[in-house]
Amino acid sequence: MQEMIKIEGLKKGFEGQHVLKGIDLKLYKGEVMTIIGSSGSGKSTLLRCVNLLEYPDSGHIYFKDQDILAKGFDVNSYRSHVNMVFQSFNLFNNYDVLGNLTLGQIKVLKRSKDEAKEIAIHNLKRVGMQDFMHADVRKLSGGQKQRVAIARALSMSPEIILFDEPTSALDPEMVNEVLRVIKDLADDGLTMMIVTHEMRFAKDVSHKVAFMSEGVISEFGTASEIFEHPKKERTRQFLASLNI
Amino acid sequence: MNIDLVRSFEIFIENFDSFMYGVMMTVLFAIVGTVFGLIIGLLVSGIRAIKIEKTDSEPVKVIKKIAELIIRFYIFVFRGTPMMVQAIFFYYFFRDIFHWTHLEAGLVIIAINTGAYMAEIIRSGIGAIDKGQKEASRSLGLSNVQTLLYIILPQAIRNSFPSIGNQLIVNIKDSSMLNVLPITELFFQTTSIAGSNMQFIETYLITALLYLLLTSLASLALNLFERKMGLAKAHVEMCS
Ligand SMILES: Nc1ncnc2c1ncn2[C@@H]1O[C@H](COP(=O)(O)OP(=O)(O)OP(=O)(O)O)[C@@H](O)[C@H]1O
Ligand SMILES: [Mg+2]
Repeated sequence: MQEMIKIEGLKKGFEGQHVLKGIDLKLYKGEVMTIIGSSGSGKSTLLRCVNLLEYPDSGHIYFKDQDILAKGFDVNSYRSHVNMVFQSFNLFNNYDVLGNLTLGQIKVLKRSKDEAKEIAIHNLKRVGMQDFMHADVRKLSGGQKQRVAIARALSMSPEIILFDEPTSALDPEMVNEVLRVIKDLADDGLTMMIVTHEMRFAKDVSHKVAFMSEGVISEFGTASEIFEHPKKERTRQFLASLNI
Repeated sequence: MNIDLVRSFEIFIENFDSFMYGVMMTVLFAIVGTVFGLIIGLLVSGIRAIKIEKTDSEPVKVIKKIAELIIRFYIFVFRGTPMMVQAIFFYYFFRDIFHWTHLEAGLVIIAINTGAYMAEIIRSGIGAIDKGQKEASRSLGLSNVQTLLYIILPQAIRNSFPSIGNQLIVNIKDSSMLNVLPITELFFQTTSIAGSNMQFIETYLITALLYLLLTSLASLALNLFERKMGLAKAHVEMCS
């Protein structure tokens, strides 16, 4: 299996506070990896480092064997292959739904308007939002916004999508519509890294699970290894605290 | 202390052409100052919004740092001194290089002066946009400049439209300071008219009313424009 992301000895701190204390991780093509762990353990920071929204202090990150921290590396082109979906949706308020999906395609991937629109509509269908093409994004519900955000990422035809707590800002009744969409993407074989607090979903969708604690990956394994036979006391405590 | 309104009206009729010329010049300066000031403000606050990034090369970092310092100095100087002083100083300072007329110098100065205020207005408009939209744009692969052009500035302009419009009103009034160059705008015309008829109260009453008319018309136009932008948005919703 092809190695998509390889992280080695990744460290990142903010103002003297060590947040990531040496992360090693490999993500293979077609793999769904969920990252779980308590608040403040560094899950978002890890994901943001992979997208280079945060720049690591030390260590290495490789995307298909290319060192993304190397001088002269084309970060923008890289990001168009490795998209991110945020907890707070972050849709562009000055564009309608379609505009949100076509902007990156036209400006970054240099697709024609027609092609971009066609791809956008295809992806709106995938997330069940095709009826809202011309809607003002500010008027959508949280679940709809997140589905549009996912369609926006998909429209870039990415090789990896990073999800940072995609359902944490949603009202409970909207969580499932978004999780279902992500599950469909997993079934389609999309490579994903997902930070989530939805343990049942994580168990269901993950090939690999990374349990983070205080800036390190304290336990790593398959979904059944982590959820059914956790080796470490820490992991057991964390899972017990969520009572699943 | 009584005002002879009839005399006021006579003065207006007698000097109609002079007043109108002044009004025209005032409108010219207000519009040119505001439009070019907005362009300067967008450029300046745009450059300023492009922060130094870890992935920038050393020369780029230095250039960004220097640009930031120049911009801060520009805003500091032009917001911190009266336009009257700026007008005289820069007119004479550059006279031998540019060989410019009072009119040219006046237009440049009101634009640059307005630009300093616009830069601060747009900057706070940019500050009001949540950081998430910028991150989402970058995470799709859009560059810093693309993010600014397509996401940040359009929203910053919309957010700060009332303050931007207010600069037009300010410029209608403050262009009077350029009379020192001299520029033959409304205030300058009034000074000469009143200087020959010595009826200051009656003459300046006309001028005050003309300024009020101009500022009211400007407000009205701005309101209409704002409403039209609002309607455009409503249209998008109707289609959905
Ligand atoms: N930009 C930043 N500046 C300063 N400190 C930060 C920054 N980003 C994160 N931190 C700190 O790093 C630590 C880890 O944050 P991070 O967001 O990665 O945690 P998390 O595991 O995602 O938590 P949560 O489950 O609450 O989202 C926290 O203590 C946080 O305060
Ligand atoms: Mg987080």
